[in-house]
Amino acid sequence: MLERLKEFASEFFVTGDPLIYGADVAIGITMITIVTVLTYFKKWGWLWRNWLTTVDHKKIGIMYIIASIIMLFRGGVDALMMRLQLAMPNMDFLHPEHYNQVFTTHGTIMILFMAMPFMFGLFNVIVPLQIGARDVAFPFLNALSFWLFFLGAMLFNLSFVIGGSPDAGWLSYPPLSELSHSPGVGQNFYIWGIQISGIGSLATGINFLVTIIKMRAPGMRWMKMPMFTWSVFSTCIIILFAFPILTVTLALLFLDRFAGAHFFTLDLGGNPMMYINLIWMWGHPEVYIVVLPAFGVFSEIVSTFSRKKLFGYKSMVFAMLIISFLSFFTWAHHFFTMGSGADVNAFFAVTTMLIAIPTGVKIFNWLFTMYRGRIRMATPMMWTLAFIPCFIVGGMTGVLLSVAPADFQFHNSYFLIAHFHQVLIGGVVFGYFAGLYYWWPKMFGFQLEEKLGKWAFWTWNIGFYVCFMPQYAVGLMGMTRRLSTYGWDTGWWELNFVSTIGAFLMGVGFLFQVAQIADGIRKYKTLKASGDPWDGRTLEWSIPSPAPEYNFAVTPRGDDIDEWWEEKERRAKGIYPPEQPLEPIHMPKNSSIPFIMSVFWFVAGFGFVFGWLWMAILGLAGVGICMIARSFSYDTDYYIPVDEIKRTEASLRGSV
Amino acid sequence: MAQAAAKHGENHAHGHDHGHHDPQEMKILGFWFFLISDVILFSVLFATFIVLRDNSAGGPILSELIKMPGVIAETFILLTSSFTSGLAVLAMNQGKVKQLINWLIVTAVLGASFIALEVYEFVEMVHEGFSYTTSAASGAFFTLVGTHGLHVSLGLIWMIGLMFQLKKRGITDVTRGKINVISLYWHFLDVVWIFLLSIVYLMGVM
Ligand code: HEM
Ligand SMILES: [Cu+2]
Repeated sequence: MLERLKEFASEFFVTGDPLIYGADVAIGITMITIVTVLTYFKKWGWLWRNWLTTVDHKKIGIMYIIASIIMLFRGGVDALMMRLQLAMPNMDFLHPEHYNQVFTTHGTIMILFMAMPFMFGLFNVIVPLQIGARDVAFPFLNALSFWLFFLGAMLFNLSFVIGGSPDAGWLSYPPLSELSHSPGVGQNFYIWGIQISGIGSLATGINFLVTIIKMRAPGMRWMKMPMFTWSVFSTCIIILFAFPILTVTLALLFLDRFAGAHFFTLDLGGNPMMYINLIWMWGHPEVYIVVLPAFGVFSEIVSTFSRKKLFGYKSMVFAMLIISFLSFFTWAHHFFTMGSGADVNAFFAVTTMLIAIPTGVKIFNWLFTMYRGRIRMATPMMWTLAFIPCFIVGGMTGVLLSVAPADFQFHNSYFLIAHFHQVLIGGVVFGYFAGLYYWWPKMFGFQLEEKLGKWAFWTWNIGFYVCFMPQYAVGLMGMTRRLSTYGWDTGWWELNFVSTIGAFLMGVGFLFQVAQIADGIRKYKTLKASGDPWDGRTLEWSIPSPAPEYNFAVTPRGDDIDEWWEEKERRAKGIYPPEQPLEPIHMPKNSSIPFIMSVFWFVAGFGFVFGWLWMAILGLAGVGICMIARSFSYDTDYYIPVDEIKRTEASLRGSV
Repeated sequence: MAQAAAKHGENHAHGHDHGHHDPQEMKILGFWFFLISDVILFSVLFATFIVLRDNSAGGPILSELIKMPGVIAETFILLTSSFTSGLAVLAMNQGKVKQLINWLIVTAVLGASFIALEVYEFVEMVHEGFSYTTSAASGAFFTLVGTHGLHVSLGLIWMIGLMFQLKKRGITDVTRGKINVISLYWHFLDVVWIFLLSIVYLMGVM
């Protein structure tokens, strides 16, 4: 009995690697600390009522962002481990299998569990405020989306210490990801972690589409909508069309592995190339899903910090919509070299290059907005400025890659790695950082001090170029991606060494950011932010920071693109809006179902990962019961009485 | 949209606006978006089926296993159920709860017979050596048709749940919204079936 238990444990837990034992200990200590602290300060009830069961879009947004930053840390540690391994030839820090696992989890985590939730966090915190709404269209569904994402991410992360990590790359190409080549549970973790969080992403896309279509403030016509909201709208359209493709693709891969189907296998008629087509039909739009909201953030920041209307509003809107359309016609550029033929390659090369046009339009619009503006150099603006050259270079190397014949040369080299990191870090990460700094006071009610923020900014940026410029060179010299070691005779080591230094500089930049936030939290009482700390232009700045749970005491109007700016101008001239009477506000009630239902999804996912059908059925049954419970519950909302609104407003406005 | 905004302004002027944005209307719109995502889901399954349908790897071939009479019966049953679900909505609009529930029961019974026939058909195919794991073609067939069947089955559970709610609460704004949504869903499944009929079955035997 004991023997069998031991045997099970050695398969169940990942053993034999000191790094992982270290992680086991770290996870154990963190868990124990969290539990102790919560118990000691009697905070369990608070946690449950205020966070785990909340349907407030602002709190959900904050939870998304916290989760995403933790994942940035995890993905970043993975990146540093890889860079350490590659710093010198013949390093023996990560063995090849382990290296495969690390680049797989790094890529998956960064895109699906860092960039996506960061983006959803910003959606949640800002979109309802920008359009003058009290909430999102489906608050319950919103909470459910968050918890599905979160528990999906946890399931994926668990693979590190239980069962073993996936190692077939972040897109899991078959046959590598098939049972024949990956018999362990790692791939199953990949499938279920992404599947569960992916359902949440699709729901968020639908939720925000309806929110934006139906809940805009009176007077806010389509062409009066703030730019960030436009970017969210175009992103959600892509999500709506792209995510179901991912869902099916992963489901088919799972059926291959679990039920013995032959969609992508090498035998009995399967077709691995079909997987590659499908995954990129989601994968390429996915890249635009994560970058478009960053474009929205930049548009808001450029106009606020130049104190000018955004230049070319309409062209900006059309550029976004065109990008979301074109993003579906470029997927094959990811496999120019796989024999689709010259005509097909040419078509996809052209569509890929076409995307550069609307993107260029946007960059010119930002530049023209800044031209003759009264520019202020606060941290959000600095990240925006840093993004522009970074994205131009990244975009140009991208166009190089989209030339099909050239791609035969660069394909799968470090040139490609440098290109996509330049776009993803320069565009996505810088963009979300800018957004976080910009909206921080609105989210938390206090302002971060800029000094550490500027240190963070410079180390990140210098680190970035030190890390990735050498990679272009080493790529041209022939170094291929997913290489776990190389010899002295290749002549690559100096460049790799420099690159590793740059990676660690970015790590230092991250630490500066953590320090900046910790410092802000420590001193938050002295750093109180007003409702409108940046002299903003859109509606979210018209209410106190942090926003009260009902957002707007009276429904605002949205007649102008920069409504709040115009309002301030009018007030300066002594024209005040008519006083509106307060009315009771209709609010959704908290619910524990989203959290519980997601836990059941987690249980089901875990069961499927290990092939324990009883557990999967148990989990799915739980999911079903939660759905029925929700369908049968009619007591889901309440009203905030006028008195309470008056009190809240008085205390919030009194302090600013 | 300008229209909706105008309507909203009107609400506002009347002072009835508590941040309400007609929840039922929003639910229907949200459901339409969900249906779009479901269309994509089925499109991908159709595409894989079309790519793989001839890859039978030496095993039985789908077109030789299809029994048209069964398929036609299924089609007839499902189309009828779509019609009766329409009658249910008509009854609802006239405020007749009893009739509404009765039509829903008829719809559910038809849906269940559809599923039963489909399962029977699947079992027959498996007996003839065309099982899920036989070949790429068989897997693609069962996954595509089975996903539709799964949708119908979930719709059935949902519909039964709604009958209980109707019994308890009668026709209210909320229950009306729910019935509208499920009838939309039911019609949608009908449309998907028409595609299955033409692409999988009719083109299969021709
Ligand atoms: C913060 C600094 C970062 C560093 C130093 C870094 C470093 C690396 C390294 C060394 C690899 C492996 C290259 C190989 O051997 O093939 C890699 C792969 C990858 N990285 Fe990063 N990375 C960083 C940030 C990011 C971010 C922010 C994202 C996405 C938002 C990202 C997405 C990816 C992806 C998708 C892969 C490919 C994984 C695969 O081959 O399956 N990385 N990165
Ligand atoms: Cu692409």
